[in-house]
Amino acid sequence: MSTHLLGLIVALPLAGFLFNGILSTRLGGERLNETAVNLVACALPGVSFVLTLVCFMQLETSGKPLIEATYTWATIGGQGFEVGFWFDRLAAVMTLVVTGVGTLIHVYSTGYMHGDKSHARYFAYLNLFLFFMLLLVLGRSLLVMFVGWEGVGLASYLLIGFWFDDPAKAAAGKKAFITNRIGDAGFLIGMFLLWGAFGTLDMDAINAGFLGPKAPAVSASLVGLMLFIGACGKSAQIPLHVWLPDAMAGPTPVSALIHAATMVTAGIYLVARMSGIYSHAPEASMVVAAIGGATAFFAATIAVAQTDIKKVLAYSTVSQLGLMFVALGVGAYAVAIFHVVTHAFFKACLFLGSGSVIHALGGEQDIRKMGGLARRIPVTFVTFAVATTAIAGIPPLAGFFSKDEILWFAFASSQGGAAWLWALASAASLLTSFYMFRLLWLTFFGASRMTPEVEHHVHESPLSMTGVLVVLALLSAFGGFIPVVHYLEPMLPLPAVPESLHHLEGTLVIVAVVLAFGGLFAAAWFFAGTAQRAARVRETFAGVYRWLANKYYIDELYEAALGRPFTWLSDRVFLQLGDRTLIDGALHAMAASARRGAAAFGALQAGSLHRYALYAVVGVLAAVLWSLRHG
Amino acid sequence: MDRSQFLLWVSLALFSIGLLGLIVRRNLLVMLMCMELMLNGVNLSLVTFAQRGGSVEGAVLVFLIFIVAASEIAIAIPIVLLLVRDRLTLDAGAYTDLKG
Repeated sequence: MSTHLLGLIVALPLAGFLFNGILSTRLGGERLNETAVNLVACALPGVSFVLTLVCFMQLETSGKPLIEATYTWATIGGQGFEVGFWFDRLAAVMTLVVTGVGTLIHVYSTGYMHGDKSHARYFAYLNLFLFFMLLLVLGRSLLVMFVGWEGVGLASYLLIGFWFDDPAKAAAGKKAFITNRIGDAGFLIGMFLLWGAFGTLDMDAINAGFLGPKAPAVSASLVGLMLFIGACGKSAQIPLHVWLPDAMAGPTPVSALIHAATMVTAGIYLVARMSGIYSHAPEASMVVAAIGGATAFFAATIAVAQTDIKKVLAYSTVSQLGLMFVALGVGAYAVAIFHVVTHAFFKACLFLGSGSVIHALGGEQDIRKMGGLARRIPVTFVTFAVATTAIAGIPPLAGFFSKDEILWFAFASSQGGAAWLWALASAASLLTSFYMFRLLWLTFFGASRMTPEVEHHVHESPLSMTGVLVVLALLSAFGGFIPVVHYLEPMLPLPAVPESLHHLEGTLVIVAVVLAFGGLFAAAWFFAGTAQRAARVRETFAGVYRWLANKYYIDELYEAALGRPFTWLSDRVFLQLGDRTLIDGALHAMAASARRGAAAFGALQAGSLHRYALYAVVGVLAAVLWSLRHG
Repeated sequence: MDRSQFLLWVSLALFSIGLLGLIVRRNLLVMLMCMELMLNGVNLSLVTFAQRGGSVEGAVLVFLIFIVAASEIAIAIPIVLLLVRDRLTLDAGAYTDLKG
């Protein structure tokens, strides 16, 4: 079924970017005031959301994917690269999340960024991000998706380094960009392989090719691994996870939109979109599940020892993304997407809530300097608590449903489910519950540890922020009842579960709930009052704590193993030997020889008339001699 | 030694004396005179060759060269006088302002 709405959905945020970017930034002379900028920036994504709903209705009535070919990008040989859009159930779920949560975060940003001197530039970037994200989600061909993929990376870089006056923030932006490049190389190689085998990059054609009767001319596992490297970069999985915690340098709504709710789930979306490949690649799926499980667990352990409110949430995001990859690795693609949706709700709520806390405290992010905020900023507290309960997996909030399904399939899926995978994911869930309630306790309960000056200025955020928090808290509370898995099942069937394991499902649910409450009570016990018990544990296990607080020294390891050798190579070999010695040296040598030659000839022209006359005589004699010889 | 051979020797002598003078002397006026000497040596060889070939073009050409040489020296001597007025010396080594 063809339509023109899809192109419009994608183009509206681009229009917002161009409008605000050209007219309202310092570049274009700041022609609009803040209210107009806010209106444009929020209205266009809002319209995109409404149009997505219209497309969703059309999809429901027709039952066939909406297809829209915009134009042919390039023709090489007989093959054309088309910029086309494809809207099926999977794309519908993702687009609704992207435009819906995206619009909410735009609205929140109007309050959070109020008064920032570059606030038009901020909204222009935010709209640009939404444009690329929609391109990524709606693209029919892997190439269009890749353009969106790179574009969101760009927008992420621009927004992490939004306050580029601070060198640390600018460096965080560069780190994110460069780490993503490593993953993108894998993505590109995967695309080359697929192009070589199929002659097309349309994802529906590739999936059909792998699912068809004839074996394709490329190894599914190889392609799967290559694409997964790309997904690792974007979705911050081990070993490419290091950029995401640093990305918290950006404004907090950006952390919520890009680094929690939407962009980082692009890797999940890629794998789910290419499920045709992964369902035929047990080795690649195994790697996906193992990396996901390891990331989920290790990131959760790091989050336990962080003291920056946003860093805790960042490692929590990495950990939750790991859980989604576990689901993908065992073939439960629809479940992973379900967790993407619920995670978008509660993690956006958590980040925006932390933004509200930071806003209330005038920029303070260290949870050791908070405490006792529950009474002071009640709306933020209640919404934050709801989202915390949701992510911890306490029924009947959203996180419980999606996480429980992940755990179940990690245990019981016939496509790679295993007890060790379940144990890893369950441990991560327990830790999730623990560190999230630790965060809640340290921030909102107990005695205040704020300086009197900060305490004096604590205030609840404006309605544009609290309103969004309430909406997201409601979604976090009831989002679990959205039947995402059931809705996607015709497209992404759930993996089979062996008959012998069915009777364990109830037990596992109980274990999961017990673990969630266990985390809650442990956090409450350790961090109650002045958190004396936690301090005692910290002293007893000082070594372990140091490892966790320093994130297993992975940044230092990369610095020593990669950063320094590369710096040495660049400095010594490329800069000093190649650039300075070879290139500059050759040029300098040429210039010097010209100068020496000029000096030698210059000595002939010493200004002595007699010598000139002598030269003339010698020249004439030479000419005469020569003509006698050869005449 | 016939007459034309003798004249050619004379012209060679005139030219060589002029050239030697031009190279070794530093007085500007003497150098100018030496140049005239060289020119006349060449002129002499020109008429000698013309006479030997039996044509009058050489003689005509020599008169033209005399006129050119006279006008040349008429310009050169005032230039030298101006230079001397400026620096009060006739030494060619004093005038090296164009040296790089």
